[in-house]
Amino acid sequence: MRALWRNFAQSLRDLLPIVLVILFFQLLVLRQPMPGVMDVLLGSLFVVLGLTLFIQGLELGLFPVGESLAHAFARKGSLLWLMIFAFALGFSTTVAEPALIAVAAEAADVASLGQMIANTDTARASYALGLRMTVAFSVGLAIVIGVFRILKGWPIHWMIAGGYVVVVLVTLIAPEEIIGIAYDSGGVTTSTITVPLVTALGIGLASAIKGRNPMIDGFGLIAMASLLPVIFVMLYGVVLKLSNSGVSL
Amino acid sequence: MSVLFDLWHTLRSTLVDVLPIVVLIFGFQYLVIRKPLKNLTQVLTGFALVLVGLSLFLAGLERALFPVGRLMAEQLTHLDFIGGGEQPVTWQAYGWVYLFAFAIGASTTIAEPSLIAVALKANQVSGGAIGVWGLRLAVALGVAIGIALGAWRIVTGFPIHWFIIAGYCVVIVQTTFAPKMIVPLAYDSGGVTTSTVTVPLVAALGLGLAETIPGRNPLIDGFGLIAFASLFPIMTVLAYAQLSQWWAQRHQSHSRHQKDSDHAL
Repeated sequence: MRALWRNFAQSLRDLLPIVLVILFFQLLVLRQPMPGVMDVLLGSLFVVLGLTLFIQGLELGLFPVGESLAHAFARKGSLLWLMIFAFALGFSTTVAEPALIAVAAEAADVASLGQMIANTDTARASYALGLRMTVAFSVGLAIVIGVFRILKGWPIHWMIAGGYVVVVLVTLIAPEEIIGIAYDSGGVTTSTITVPLVTALGIGLASAIKGRNPMIDGFGLIAMASLLPVIFVMLYGVVLKLSNSGVSL
Repeated sequence: MSVLFDLWHTLRSTLVDVLPIVVLIFGFQYLVIRKPLKNLTQVLTGFALVLVGLSLFLAGLERALFPVGRLMAEQLTHLDFIGGGEQPVTWQAYGWVYLFAFAIGASTTIAEPSLIAVALKANQVSGGAIGVWGLRLAVALGVAIGIALGAWRIVTGFPIHWFIIAGYCVVIVQTTFAPKMIVPLAYDSGGVTTSTVTVPLVAALGLGLAETIPGRNPLIDGFGLIAFASLFPIMTVLAYAQLSQWWAQRHQSHSRHQKDSDHAL
């Protein structure tokens, strides 16, 4: 109970900066009356309460599960099952991510405006679905590569630097409309539930395997999951452009 | 009554988000690993708390912060507020927008639940060497710089890939100098920063800017703020590690120096 109270006080403090920023701009810069003060107060109470419960649940549920799974896989020693789990974790948590669905729908609007695809609802829907599948697939693949890296103990900076080079090269050939969306898609893929789980999995694996340092080898999965979608979304744009020009020829 | 309805709605959509993860975890636990989960009741309680907590959090944001934040983004980027009118507006006129971008980027990052999770883990794994607040403040500063710079980019209309490519170069140079321990965590902090709290507010700001500035296409220029918010934390976290290492070394050599001189006396 005392821990819960301490968490509550911490959540209150975590939220204070946002409230101060909004009050400052509202009262001193914009100088317009705030709409719905009661709604704001009630909502803020929800936010603080929700953050408190979430952090509590994190320590009780998500962290232990991620680590115990990692230890179980390490003991079982089945590489194939570990890889399947890694891919499924990346794919399933990304494909239904609300932020991604929103970005994909906006991206479809951009594409139809730029005449990359036909200006119909079906064309837009299939474009958005293709984009979501591309991102989900690339996140799954990223977790697989990241887990493999932890097993092998490869240093992450070579992979990230190599990834950056690929991003730069693909940017040169990608259609201009897709570049902004591709860069953003790296950031939106990792949700609030995925991050703790994936982090616990990586650290659990690195501490279960002899010779791995959890600090150096355990982190890095999120970085891979943010980098690979950028490359894949741009490639998706390139492939679509090529197939479109093939049709029109 | 509408409060309860909102809450119920958010709870249901969060449940849909969490369900595949729960199925995956328990499926693997019981079908592949074939061992019962330790502390099953504790874990289930934890999942329930995460579910209820996240729903409350999201419903509260939707009720309190997002409407106000969106409204402010609109008001700040509106031409009535910026001034101008007859003569074309220069990028300097958007001073308040950059300040708002900086402040909202920093403050939303402090409240971001996934960053709290990663900071807790990093603190635990590093044996306390990486402070929870040190990491969170470093990331918040990075997001703030990223979003302010991203807002300036939308105003000036420079192509986004110049900035991203230049940023990558800076990250690579920093990586060669930074302490090895921090590098993976720094790369990770780029991805964790932008989720539930930051994305909706930042997207509103980007869209507001791109809609009101002549010659900007909201659909093309509105994107890209999140990319900036993911890139700059990598730099600030690497810089934070370098600074604290330098500080520790200086402190150490200083105290050793003092000990030597004590000895001499």
